[in-house]
Amino acid sequence: MSLSGAWYLGLAAVVFSIGAIGLLVRRNVLIMFMCIELMLNAANLTFVTFARMLGDIGGQAIVFFVLVVAAAEVVVGLGIVVTNYRRRSTTVADDLNSLKG
Amino acid sequence: MLHAAYLMPLLALAGFLVLVAVGRRAGDPVAGWIGTVAVAGAFVVACLVLVCLFREPESQRLFVHNYFTWIHSGGLTVPIGIQVDPLSITMCMFITGVSALIHLYSIGYMKGDPDYSKFFIYLNLFVFSMLVLVLADNLLLTFVGWEGVGVCSYWLVSFWFRRDSAASAGKKAFIYNRIGDVGFLAAIFLIFEKTGTLQYEGGPGGGVFGQLHHLGGGTGTAAVLLLFLAATGKSAQIPLFNWLPDAMEGPTPVSALIHAATMVTAGVYLLCRMNHLLALSHTGLEVIAIVGGVTAFVAATIACAQQDIKKVLAFSTVSQIGYMVLAVGCGAYVAAIFLMVAHAFFKGLLFLAAGSVIHGLDDEQDLKRMGALRKVMKWTTFTFTVGFLAIAGIPPLAGFWAKGDVLENAYAHYKVLWALGLLTAVLTAYYMSRLQILAFGDDPRWDKIGPNGEPAHHTPHESPWVMRLPLVILAVAAFFAGALNLPWVHHYSLSNFLAPVFAGSLYNDHLGRGAVWALSLTDIAAAVIGVILAAALWRGAQVDKPRLEPQFLQRVWYWDDFYDAVIGRPGQKLATFLAWVVDARVIDGAVNGAASLVRATGSASRKLQTGYVRNYALGISLGMALIVAFLFSRTWWS
Repeated sequence: MSLSGAWYLGLAAVVFSIGAIGLLVRRNVLIMFMCIELMLNAANLTFVTFARMLGDIGGQAIVFFVLVVAAAEVVVGLGIVVTNYRRRSTTVADDLNSLKG
Repeated sequence: MLHAAYLMPLLALAGFLVLVAVGRRAGDPVAGWIGTVAVAGAFVVACLVLVCLFREPESQRLFVHNYFTWIHSGGLTVPIGIQVDPLSITMCMFITGVSALIHLYSIGYMKGDPDYSKFFIYLNLFVFSMLVLVLADNLLLTFVGWEGVGVCSYWLVSFWFRRDSAASAGKKAFIYNRIGDVGFLAAIFLIFEKTGTLQYEGGPGGGVFGQLHHLGGGTGTAAVLLLFLAATGKSAQIPLFNWLPDAMEGPTPVSALIHAATMVTAGVYLLCRMNHLLALSHTGLEVIAIVGGVTAFVAATIACAQQDIKKVLAFSTVSQIGYMVLAVGCGAYVAAIFLMVAHAFFKGLLFLAAGSVIHGLDDEQDLKRMGALRKVMKWTTFTFTVGFLAIAGIPPLAGFWAKGDVLENAYAHYKVLWALGLLTAVLTAYYMSRLQILAFGDDPRWDKIGPNGEPAHHTPHESPWVMRLPLVILAVAAFFAGALNLPWVHHYSLSNFLAPVFAGSLYNDHLGRGAVWALSLTDIAAAVIGVILAAALWRGAQVDKPRLEPQFLQRVWYWDDFYDAVIGRPGQKLATFLAWVVDARVIDGAVNGAASLVRATGSASRKLQTGYVRNYALGISLGMALIVAFLFSRTWWS
């Protein structure tokens, strides 16, 4: 038997919500990163699901781009996090408020 | 040979250009000689042109030649061209002649001045502009000359600009003239609007004078009054005469040339040139006559109370030009020109002699510190006396004939103005005798300490020959210039020569022989009374007579104070108001207000930037939720 597309979409929504809420409530930059990854992958799952449901390969192709962007973002983001940790010995996001207006 | 008239301005211009190029290197006195030779050359050309003009038959003494088109725009065509006729050549003769003499005089007078060559540069440029003014064959080119002499006058009045008084006198002269120039420009616009041309004669439709029927009634009067406004500025008439006495801050040759002999008569020349237009407006002529007569009188009263030798002569100039304007107002253009020529000689002479006195006394101009100069400056005294007798109206000198002509016409035209003119003649004789007595008569006062503790002067010295020669020549001219227009000579007279220019608009007084004799005797009586009065009042060692020099006259009828109170101070207040209220509050307020608004907006909105990542993330989430909600609402409601 095959599950209907709605299940996949529901799972993606749940994962996305976990990521979004995690991003809002957690203070640790690394955890926030993981939450972003969760949201990205939830979006990927949605793309793939719709690609299957609508028989359009475009959705699957987009996923590759998202993966590449995510990988690049992680590289830059982790670089910033590591540098910041070296300078200020913290990975708590709320301590990094020097851009306060 | 008539077409060679253009050489006159060109020679002056050449002198100017040569001096600009090499003047500073040529220095003292070569630069002066270059300037003098250029102007003397112009005088020679003027003589030749005059001779050629004489050889033409009377009715054909008009030569208009356009060299090229200067401005061509729509209906407006302005050529560069000259008009040689008896009027312009008469002007050229005395302009170049007197200028050449004054250039020669300046070689001596300006000796040792650090800006020696610059002086002659300005002087030559002035002569050029003046010749352009009188030779131009259209109003716009005349205006160019008019502005040229104005700016040269400004430069020369403030020639010693390191003195504050000279600098501000230059500005005053320039600004007063600008007020008149507005009238000139407006008149040009009006005349062009109505006639479509600016040429005096010749050109399409016979020029302005051929199109006069377009300028009837109120338009003609307006044009005449606007031109007269220009003349009051340039020729120092009420209400714009105050600049001329201040212009005496310039070197004395400048006062003689520009502010006595030539430039200040440009206004009278303009009115004479436009005589056919003036003839259209009876009201305009009346205004001109009244202003002239009143100016002559007012200025003469002021001259009676001045202490500065040049100020006396300056007010005397204003007064004499008042006579000329009065003559123009009577339609007696020939009398105006006759007095202008005679005045150029005797007033130029008086100024140059005064300059010789000032030169000899180390720049002393106070009459009260002169006296008995006859003993040390024989040439100056003698020539000055000739000038004095001429202006006072003692026969047979030039002033008697010229002033007599004016008064005769005034008598026939406006009796009241004639009486005023006669009174002015008495005053003229009086203030000139006073000047003569204070400067040359009685005992010396220059060897005593001045009233404010100025040190005594050295014994004055007579001036060098380059200064004496012009004095002598001008004295001869001032003596005999009356012969130009003697009443019993008809054919070889200025009247006959100038008649074609004025044709129908010239006023003929039709006075009988007896009336003319009576008027002449009255003139002589007036002159003699003035001289005797001055001799009775001013002989003697006591020179401080406050009752004869009331404040009212010394302060120029409070005329300057009046302008100061009515225009100067309110103007200053307005400027202060604009500077401290309009500019500081309104304009700066608007600019600063815009800046403050931006700053306030910025300060308010920067609060949004908390620096906490979660706040931004929340913002993004909310925004996304809003977009999703919007999309859903569209789906449900449609």
